[in-house]
Amino acid sequence: MEHDDETNHGNQLSTTLAWFSIALGATELAAPRVMRRLTGLPESTEPMLRALGAREIAHGISILVRPDSPVPVWSRVAGDAIDLAVLFSALGSGESDRGRVSGAIAAVAGVTALDVICATRFGANGSEGADEPPDWTRRGVRVEEVTTINRPIAEVYAFWRRFENFPSFMRHLESVQQLSGTISRWRAKGPAGMSVEWEAEMLEAREHEWIAWRSLEGSDVPNSGSVRFQRAPGARGTEVRVQLQYRPPAGALGKGIAWLFGEEPSQQIHEDLHRAKQLLETGEIPLSDGPGLWRPAQPAADPREIKELAGVQL
Amino acid sequence: MRANCWHGKKRVRVEEVPDPQILNPRDAIVRITSTAICGSDLHLYNGFIPTMKSGDILGHEFMGEVVEKGSGVDNLNVGDRVVVPFPIACGHCSQCERELYSLCENSNPNAWMAEKMYGYSPCGIFGYSHMLGGYAGGQAEYARVPFADVGPLKVPDGLTDDQVLFLSDIFPTGYMAAEVCNIQPGDVIAVWGCGPVGQFAIKSAYLLGAERVIAIDRFDYRLQMARDRAGAETLNYEEVNVLEALKEMTGGRGPDSCIDAVGMEGHGPGLAYAYDRVKQAMMMETDRPIALREAIFACRSGGTVSVAGVYGGLIDKFPIGTIVNRSLTIKSGQTHVHRYMRPLLERIEKGEIDPSFVITHRLRLQDAAEGFSIFNDKQDECMKVVMTP
Repeated sequence: MEHDDETNHGNQLSTTLAWFSIALGATELAAPRVMRRLTGLPESTEPMLRALGAREIAHGISILVRPDSPVPVWSRVAGDAIDLAVLFSALGSGESDRGRVSGAIAAVAGVTALDVICATRFGANGSEGADEPPDWTRRGVRVEEVTTINRPIAEVYAFWRRFENFPSFMRHLESVQQLSGTISRWRAKGPAGMSVEWEAEMLEAREHEWIAWRSLEGSDVPNSGSVRFQRAPGARGTEVRVQLQYRPPAGALGKGIAWLFGEEPSQQIHEDLHRAKQLLETGEIPLSDGPGLWRPAQPAADPREIKELAGVQL
Repeated sequence: MRANCWHGKKRVRVEEVPDPQILNPRDAIVRITSTAICGSDLHLYNGFIPTMKSGDILGHEFMGEVVEKGSGVDNLNVGDRVVVPFPIACGHCSQCERELYSLCENSNPNAWMAEKMYGYSPCGIFGYSHMLGGYAGGQAEYARVPFADVGPLKVPDGLTDDQVLFLSDIFPTGYMAAEVCNIQPGDVIAVWGCGPVGQFAIKSAYLLGAERVIAIDRFDYRLQMARDRAGAETLNYEEVNVLEALKEMTGGRGPDSCIDAVGMEGHGPGLAYAYDRVKQAMMMETDRPIALREAIFACRSGGTVSVAGVYGGLIDKFPIGTIVNRSLTIKSGQTHVHRYMRPLLERIEKGEIDPSFVITHRLRLQDAAEGFSIFNDKQDECMKVVMTP
């Protein structure tokens, strides 16, 4: 990902808030009793504190992963609202320590104010300038990712030139069908189990340099992008740079949902590129017994379970 | 099959789980004949390594017989007896090509998790958290070995499991710890920690030409093994001031290289230990670098500090000023085991070393929980536990 210095400067506060989220979340998750006593909440709230802790860590990581997006910071504001609601309802409960709960409300209100300042700063300080709306609302989602693949440029280019290869390493892609020399039909998994389709036109393919495409009118997911190939210095293989933008199917809502489930667009493309690298360098995409934290690291009775979690067509 | 599964802090138990199956063309399935508990497994046992999940199969030091192989494995046959290196490496990425196998760029399917923690991801490791691959470990009857055409080493029939099992981790780990010290004639090497890796670091330092090796620990039985079996001079840090003793023993120069074979759960006398213990408990640092700080302080100006002990995250009060002003070199890394297996096997075959000297306890896999408890609490003079399924 790229972001300019000005944005970086404006992001210092959001980075601080991100680490604060992670530290607070870890404490809530690991020591809910300590947190409960500090904030004066009743004992029955411990499981909820763990859940809030997990959410808090997710917020922190999202902000660190997308420092140039205000979305995670606004979601922190929403999280603050939930925290405040919990605390206010505890004020009325007989089991709570009202003095401590009031203190906690004051602390959370202070953090909320910081979050709002931080989130609104994106509008004022973003690289788009104050007059225009920020990039992410105007053009949808924009992603730039890069990897180096330890194979000759001709081989890497040829692999990418065959779009039918894409579902083998792109988790959300179901199929790509070549309709003519430049037109292809794409089918992908959308948010919430939806399936989306579009037809794409290859705008240009310059051998061993770059490939650019654009979706045609009437696409479920209007998108465009390019892949650039460059020889890495000192026989290190090929640098592959992907740049793409798309408008999510249900607009901002669809993107919000995808984000909520941890499917950050830049993270998705980053992982897709890693799988392409694995495939080209080793001939396979090695499967984990415990992908993510979805299942324990032990063999599955039915290997299809593990292949399904990996989400790529093997 | 039966496998030793992690269920939280100080909770492991052997359970019935599904048998592993080939998932990728370059996989092999190994029927395990010997499997050990590593000191680094104790960091999992004590809950210091993040991204573990209840039910994870532990174990990364194992060997056995190939019983099944995928279509992409040409160099092994069913029936081959193999030792499996703990890092999983693809053999084709730039890091593998440079023989930096523990930095393999392709073997961690959960690389994104490690990237959050470390910036970039190292290789995947058997039975060592989801962040490092989420691979089922080898404290089991069977294991799936990814990239089996690259890692497993075929073992000659004349050698016993005990003699070659530790090629999977601790012998190469101790050896690499000494090798990165670039030992010159006359060098004095100090080793913190006389567990199995410390013992192999001492032996390896001598194999690589060290003049003297001084070993530091607090358990008499471990110091005794360092003296009697590995040939070191020893210091008990609960009885002497280590810094003063090392200075005296080296004519005021300090050891030429210092090896930390302790890692993130170090102990020590005095306030520094209490400070780190409290910070670790409050999650303000993940690792207690007590041995590392002392090793840095003790090292001769211009010398090398080799960190073989496992550190997982963040430390506090790191003496960077000492490193900068005294031109110290810090060397570290998870062991590039593949690089060392063959040459060290040759040393075993020639009789230069018999790694089985560290084994103190033999148990059945069934008794893994007891093995962890004995090893963790250093009961019964425990040094190394080897289990058979």
